[in-house]
Amino acid sequence: MTQLDSRPGPGAAVDRRRPARVRTLWILAALAALVLIMIASVAFGSRIVGWADIVAGVRGQTDTLAQAAVVKRIPRTFLAVAVGAALGLAGAVMQGVTRNPLADPGILGVNMGASLAVVTGIVSFGLASAAGYIWVAILGAAVAAVFVYAVGSLGRGGATPLKLALAGAAISAALASLISAFVLPRSDIATGFQSWMIGGVGGASYDSLRLVLPFLAVGFAVSLLSAKALNSLALGDDLAAGLGERVAVTRGVAALGAVLLCGASTAVAGPIAFVGLVVPHFCRLLVGLDHRWLLPFSALIGAALLTAADVVGRVVARPQEIDVGIITALIGAPFFIYFVRRQKVREL
Amino acid sequence: MSTSLSPTLAAVTGSRVRRSRRRALVIGLLATLVVAAYGVNLMVGETFYPPSEIWRVILGETVPGASFTVGELRLPRATLAALAGFCFGMGGVTFQTMLRNPLASPDVIGITSGASAAAAFAIVVLGLTETGVSAFAIGAGLAVAIIVYTLSFRDGVAGTRLILIGIGIAAMLDSATAYVLSQAAQWDLQQAQRWLTGSLNGATWDETAQVALALLVLGPLLLGQARNLFMLQLGDDTAAALGVRLERTRIVVIVAAVGLLAFATAATGPIAFVAFLSGPIAARIIGSAGSLLVPAGLVGALLVLVADLIGQYAFDIRYPVGVVTGVLGAPYLVYLLIRTNRAGGSL
Amino acid sequence: MTATHSLLVSSLRLGYGDRTVIESLDLTLPPGKITAIVGANACGKSTLLRSMSRLLAPRAGHVLLDGREVHKMPAKELARTLGLLPQSPVAPEGITVSDLVGRGRNPHQRLLSRWSREDDAAVAAALDATHTADLADRSVDELSGGQRQRVWIAMALAQQTDLLLLDEPTTFLDVSHQVEVLDLLTDLNRNRGTTIVMVLHDLNMAARYADHLIALADGKLHAAGEPSAVLTEDCVRAVFGLDSQVITDPTSGKPLMLPLGRHHVAITRP
Repeated sequence: MTQLDSRPGPGAAVDRRRPARVRTLWILAALAALVLIMIASVAFGSRIVGWADIVAGVRGQTDTLAQAAVVKRIPRTFLAVAVGAALGLAGAVMQGVTRNPLADPGILGVNMGASLAVVTGIVSFGLASAAGYIWVAILGAAVAAVFVYAVGSLGRGGATPLKLALAGAAISAALASLISAFVLPRSDIATGFQSWMIGGVGGASYDSLRLVLPFLAVGFAVSLLSAKALNSLALGDDLAAGLGERVAVTRGVAALGAVLLCGASTAVAGPIAFVGLVVPHFCRLLVGLDHRWLLPFSALIGAALLTAADVVGRVVARPQEIDVGIITALIGAPFFIYFVRRQKVREL
Repeated sequence: MSTSLSPTLAAVTGSRVRRSRRRALVIGLLATLVVAAYGVNLMVGETFYPPSEIWRVILGETVPGASFTVGELRLPRATLAALAGFCFGMGGVTFQTMLRNPLASPDVIGITSGASAAAAFAIVVLGLTETGVSAFAIGAGLAVAIIVYTLSFRDGVAGTRLILIGIGIAAMLDSATAYVLSQAAQWDLQQAQRWLTGSLNGATWDETAQVALALLVLGPLLLGQARNLFMLQLGDDTAAALGVRLERTRIVVIVAAVGLLAFATAATGPIAFVAFLSGPIAARIIGSAGSLLVPAGLVGALLVLVADLIGQYAFDIRYPVGVVTGVLGAPYLVYLLIRTNRAGGSL
Repeated sequence: MTATHSLLVSSLRLGYGDRTVIESLDLTLPPGKITAIVGANACGKSTLLRSMSRLLAPRAGHVLLDGREVHKMPAKELARTLGLLPQSPVAPEGITVSDLVGRGRNPHQRLLSRWSREDDAAVAAALDATHTADLADRSVDELSGGQRQRVWIAMALAQQTDLLLLDEPTTFLDVSHQVEVLDLLTDLNRNRGTTIVMVLHDLNMAARYADHLIALADGKLHAAGEPSAVLTEDCVRAVFGLDSQVITDPTSGKPLMLPLGRHHVAITRP
């Protein structure tokens, strides 16, 4: 016996119409919040710094330790914004492409795919820098995404949330073992790799930013341009085709955008889970289901969430830092559980 | 009602006898293999010791060299491998049977993750040793089981919801483990691997004795529920209609299985995929006749023994056992996933 | 083995969560007969069946088997008297027919007791009665829908209960398999005196095969009695909200309901 649930899930295929004015207000509010969080990210950290030093640091002075700390926080903040926006947007696109409310780069094993590819690159081909392995990471992300989706969509009912999540979890576990097997013999890379695996933006520099920005820019452009097509896809493949959409091409292009975004962000910041899952659901509640609004809004909120999580990680464990990947998992998993709980059994 | 010599009766009796013979044969064969693998694990190493010397060590005689290498290193290690493997196999198949899904193993739904995170926390942050660590791991394993079960309860527990919630909890716990390990004063990756994928390094008699005790107490408790567990495969309603008390069976079974898993995890870490693979492998060998608890336990013991042998001696570097089971298990896992999805039935 | 048992329901209230499905229901199920429960979707038919077999505890009221409350009886004792076949039971992957049917013996087995000659005999008799003996060593996965349903009924027969409750045993079956399953249940009732209670979707099948018809509407009893007394045009309107014409089935003499839609109706509407 399955009970009926009168509340519509956030993934319901009916657009709850929002007046454009309300949406614009939300976007402006999110922008304002992001700016405040960015300021906080420069101002607060594991070292407590006075306002005078913050102002001096932002002007580029590095005379004191405090000022130097502030100077390092600036690229870190920009990286957090870029990675957060990329993950939020990638999550929204993936959920649209797969029509699956649980699609997320972490859950689908895409991050692990990128990680394994990077490890293989370092161990087998001697790639040494992020510049070398960003391509590898993107390739790994793409292969893992396709593979998990293929395995998850076999059988009756196509890619149901349960099958996708299980396929993702199982394949992630498999990839994690392979990663251990590669890393263990190389104690020289093991330590650095381990901290990269947790996921964080602590090691950010302007160089790493410059490195990912072109990839992210292409990813952003492709993703945002497929917004309209994703609206058609939301109606189901057959109906979308009936509306004149070339379903396979559209889906491939949009997925490519999402994979570029996750692959590039994983290469610089390590695998960060749950941002891509949580953000789009939250955004749908505020701006509705129209992807033309949802996608940019998800990018904004993703940036705000990741940057805020990074600030929290720096502040709560002073003088230590908790990597942002851990904070997002601790925030994201309860949301994931909440979301699973309110789904009807039959939809899972 | 039935006429005593009906051909159907003869056929039914015949096929049942055949199946129970086959089952006994397979269990016997598996047990033999486990004993053989155990023996090989004792003999093989840097130095080879013949069975006669190993036997003398087991009898308590002093044999130069062998007394230490076999008695203090290989014997506890191989014993722990067999016992922990048995616990993982039995605990894993219990969850797979109860939730009617081969993918719903304790390593997917967060139970071993919980035990492992707690063990790592107990060691790194609290500085506890064996008994304290086990107690912590068991408490956490049970707590996770209860939390997952309670969270998935809404007008009864739906298996699919439970699995998804378990995946979420596992993700959270794994990142907690990663954090705790990153706080360890000395970042020793081999040591850390134990809590991430499982390892038998540094096995002691104390740990081994604890796992043995757990198996002696909880194993029979679980076996006592074997028939009810077996009936649960037919679905909750059918099982209840056939006289199974659902809630009571579930509680006893969960406590016993989590206990086994947590004791084993506290001693060796969550050896990857053993809990996951033992049940399906046992089912393939033995078919659907009868309970899978003992066959899965034997398969688990065999997996861990063989994987440890490979990890220790097959490569230039010694791999912890969990990495070997992980790499060997991964392709089978993906195959299983594909096959289950194709069949579509149990998902 | 054909002892007659009385099963009755008094002021029963059932529900899930904060939803009440059945409101204060009184029913007596005639022993040794075939009873069919009919009603619109979500009117509480399956819920009632689940409660009668102890799967769902009542909010209020009682389900009494021979004067004893079923929810207080030991699970196995009840399962030796009353069997239930749920709507879509799941067979474990790869299980063989005889193995599945054998699981119906659970309530007759004790913790450490071994499989007995009696168990074999019950399984064989169940396979014979349902004409599934030749499928005994096949895997349940390979069977057709009709065969599978007969195997599940065989499992319920191996349970050797005097009362058998079935939740929509004919759903997902084509018409010939529906007739096959209902004929089989009728054989059981006639040959062994098994009391059968089933939820059926198809009104006309229910009227033809049942001795006693119970019509539920919105969790309340609308009518109960002989099919010819219960299945009337007024009843169909009250229970399903549908205009119809009820005639006498020329093949069975039982009532036959013909729905009147808005089209293709030659007679004038009543």
